[in-house]
Amino acid sequence: MLKQCEGSQAVAEAIGLCRPQVICAYPITPQTHIVEGLGSLVKSGTLANCEYINVESEFAAMSVAIGASAAGARAYTATASQGILYMAEAVYNAGGLGLPIVMTVGNRSIGAPINIWNDHTDSMALRDAGWIQLFAEDNQEAVDLHIQAFKLAEALSVPVMVCMDGFILTHAYERVDIPTQEQVDQFLPPYEPRQVVDPDDPVTIGAMVGPEAFMEVRYLAHAKQLQALELIPELAAEFKQKFGRDSGGLIRTYRADDAETIVVGLGSVNGTIKDVVDDMRNDGVKIGGVSICSFRPFPTAELNKALGKAKRIITIEKSLSVGIGGNVSHNLRMALPDRNTTVYTVIAGLGGRPITRASLKKVFKSALDGALEPVSFLDLNLPVVERQLERERLARRTGPAAEAILRDMNAAPATAR
Amino acid sequence: MSGPQRVKFYQTGTFTVGNRLLDVSVRSVQSDSTRNNSLNSGHRACQGCGEALGARYALDAAMRAVKGKLVVANATGCLEVFSTPYPESSWRVAWLHSLFANAAAVGTGMAAAMRVKGRHDVRVIAQGGDGGTVDIGFACLSGMFERNDDVLYICYDNEAYMNTGVQRSSATPAAARTATTPAVGDQPGNVFGQGKSVPLIAMAHGIPYTATASVCDLRDLEYKVEKAMGFHGARYLHVHVPCPLGWGCDTGDTIKVARLAAESGLFPIFEAEYGEVTGRRAIRKPIPVDDYLKAQSRFAHLFKGRGDPARVAMIQAIADRNIRRFGLISEGVPA
Repeated sequence: MLKQCEGSQAVAEAIGLCRPQVICAYPITPQTHIVEGLGSLVKSGTLANCEYINVESEFAAMSVAIGASAAGARAYTATASQGILYMAEAVYNAGGLGLPIVMTVGNRSIGAPINIWNDHTDSMALRDAGWIQLFAEDNQEAVDLHIQAFKLAEALSVPVMVCMDGFILTHAYERVDIPTQEQVDQFLPPYEPRQVVDPDDPVTIGAMVGPEAFMEVRYLAHAKQLQALELIPELAAEFKQKFGRDSGGLIRTYRADDAETIVVGLGSVNGTIKDVVDDMRNDGVKIGGVSICSFRPFPTAELNKALGKAKRIITIEKSLSVGIGGNVSHNLRMALPDRNTTVYTVIAGLGGRPITRASLKKVFKSALDGALEPVSFLDLNLPVVERQLERERLARRTGPAAEAILRDMNAAPATAR
Repeated sequence: MSGPQRVKFYQTGTFTVGNRLLDVSVRSVQSDSTRNNSLNSGHRACQGCGEALGARYALDAAMRAVKGKLVVANATGCLEVFSTPYPESSWRVAWLHSLFANAAAVGTGMAAAMRVKGRHDVRVIAQGGDGGTVDIGFACLSGMFERNDDVLYICYDNEAYMNTGVQRSSATPAAARTATTPAVGDQPGNVFGQGKSVPLIAMAHGIPYTATASVCDLRDLEYKVEKAMGFHGARYLHVHVPCPLGWGCDTGDTIKVARLAAESGLFPIFEAEYGEVTGRRAIRKPIPVDDYLKAQSRFAHLFKGRGDPARVAMIQAIADRNIRRFGLISEGVPA
């Protein structure tokens, strides 16, 4: 059914249609509206046969989900930012145990300084936890990815994180087509666990594993992700057949076939990238875009094919691997063996800074001119940082840095914007 | 209080009265040849491990009480490590180990799954040591209590982080020597803090059933586990389990040392329903804490040379306070 609604509400409805049996709810901006929506669905009886548990922390949220999933229930939770770090140990544990939990991440920055706005630092911090990570480009895809996520997770016994940009998607009102219960039931069979804690067939789960077998168990998680590389496109194809929409898959290309310059991004920023690609195509520039939907597993072969003849690649990254640059670009280089392709890393939109078409166009042109640094920071007010570094050079007790930078900016309005 | 039948102990000075003095219906779970052996032999606990003993009695009693329909969440720690060195397992129950701090929350998840799947016959136990309960797992435990989730949590308290080599936990008693509270300096051993009684904290949550027990009275432990399984909602059982390695006592003295803790009042044994104390294991004749402390090398510095009577007196005051607070010396004949 077509409706105009908030992204979080649409996702809550989609999850409800997936018939989760245990939902662990803990509030954190900007994910909160999702668990609120699910709470209403459970209270009103719309989502029947579901235990909705208000836990005391994100660590408990993931732990309750682990217990529920291991005992054979379809388990779901949602988090963001500090929340995913607080549950990090349990996130790895769910991955290691191979429990098919689905979790929404309403992507948000990590403090300090505390900041509630969007970037991808939170998901990137947990990229190696043994979870599949899917990034939604818009709210329709967020809805569709959740439906695919449960099927994917349960088919492989691997947990899946569906990442959607905080505020930009979670709080945006967009047109969304919510499928019917019948459609979802036809796509998603009931959960049949591979391992289950059951007194009628008692097994030990979570034994201590020493050096003699640990490598094999970890490799199994890798092998499952490699299987996901096959399964994700199959599920997207099946989804298209049953729901009539292109959603998910490993990557999506946009005007990339003959492109000499290809811009790579994750999540909602691809919308802006496409607008700029169109704009520059009108000016005769051979530029295109590639949206990575599946960041884990990383679709190396598909990217190698899609980035084929490009002379230069620009990654727009909403997370900073402090001390080196970009996470996405470093992964991307694995897809480009023996190539002399130039890969530019553009760190952008940290802490919710808007990624504008004008700024993107400027940086793309700069790459075309060969003037772009290998690692650059979109719309960074460098003079402010330099002044802070200078203050720190001159005096020992300069006080809290974030506050000093804010004070400086208020005194001298940004010039580099 | 250890069961409905009153038994006279003719063998004075011992607690070894046999089951043959009891009616068949009230004999201990362990005396039953069809007991479950939930924590089976062959595990790798140290000699004289109080935790292994306590866990075996507790889980067998629980298995009998719920007719085998039991699932267990286990925190990281000695109990987890010595029972499941891959690919071996000593558990003859459905058992899951997730993390150090989350056994209570995993139990909540299991209980929720059983409810939603209509498996109303299946009951849940979460268990861990004092580190996984009193320290790192405390938030999850309190959350489980507050929501009144249908989980019995059992803490096997050996009063320090034994699995990592005897470091202090917030259950470590005052003055005790551990690897992180060495017996050196003016104030050797663990600090005299305010202490942290998780049983009292559990009672403050108003949960249906809270109890303490000790491996010095295994019949009482069985009775309390069975009683706990008769309630629904959050329940807490705190079991005192000496660790010969960490406490520096003889491996053959586990039960004796546990008994000295109980009989001195340092480890009060009681039970409570909905936040109110309903029963206590009375002390026949309180023994001075010196007897308990001297049996363990972790307190040896209190008795070296001229000794440290001031600090021993402070420990005696803790025992005396417990005796007053829980009414451990009742009028007349003790139960």
